[in-house]
Amino acid sequence: MADILYFGALKEQLGTAEETVDLTSDIKTVQDLTVFLKKRGGAFEHAFESSIFIRAAVNQTHAKFDAPITNNDEIAFFPPVTGG
Amino acid sequence: MGKITVQTDNFDIGAEIEKIRNNRVDIGAIVSFTGTVRDTVGDLDAMTLEHYPGMTEKELERIAADAHKRWPILDCTIIHRVGRMEPGENIVLVITASPHRKAAFESAEFLMDFLKTNATIWKKEATDKGDNWVAAKSSDDDALNKW
Repeated sequence: MADILYFGALKEQLGTAEETVDLTSDIKTVQDLTVFLKKRGGAFEHAFESSIFIRAAVNQTHAKFDAPITNNDEIAFFPPVTGG
Repeated sequence: MGKITVQTDNFDIGAEIEKIRNNRVDIGAIVSFTGTVRDTVGDLDAMTLEHYPGMTEKELERIAADAHKRWPILDCTIIHRVGRMEPGENIVLVITASPHRKAAFESAEFLMDFLKTNATIWKKEATDKGDNWVAAKSSDDDALNKW
């Protein structure tokens, strides 16, 4: 099972901060995971509709959507950062 | 690598500069940048900053390591606050020390530019009209081009 984390406006939009997801054999990349999440419909479908507003990290390192993922990974989704 | 901290408490700018000086005589230049909560139009009650614990520190360490590779920095400090802050309060402190001013100025700006685009921190504003998440600025991404 992979740990999935959500932050910022995305967390509020989805109404969840953290969940575990079993990455089946067809979910090999961050992009695949977004497709899986979008299929849930509702807030997930809306949030992941346009991925240009979403950034991802794999194991606490910024990652592109073609980055490979496994069930041992911590994957995070969040809006572009606004610190500083 | 220097001191890198994410904390809710305020920081003492003077005390942090003194920690960098630490009685050493090889430093010729110390630059410090402080970011504060700005209320541009007079409607901001407070700002709440959320972050990704663990990753934020890792990103700041990575950015500081990059700065050390590019400039002869003798020491640096990055302190970023999270939680609730009111207008005028400190948000972030970056201090760099080097033998000469150019490296200290440039590395401080570099650290801030990369912090703004890479550190996993998000600002939410509470105004008299309600709460809203601050949107990222493309000018912050553009600022990276000069490095």
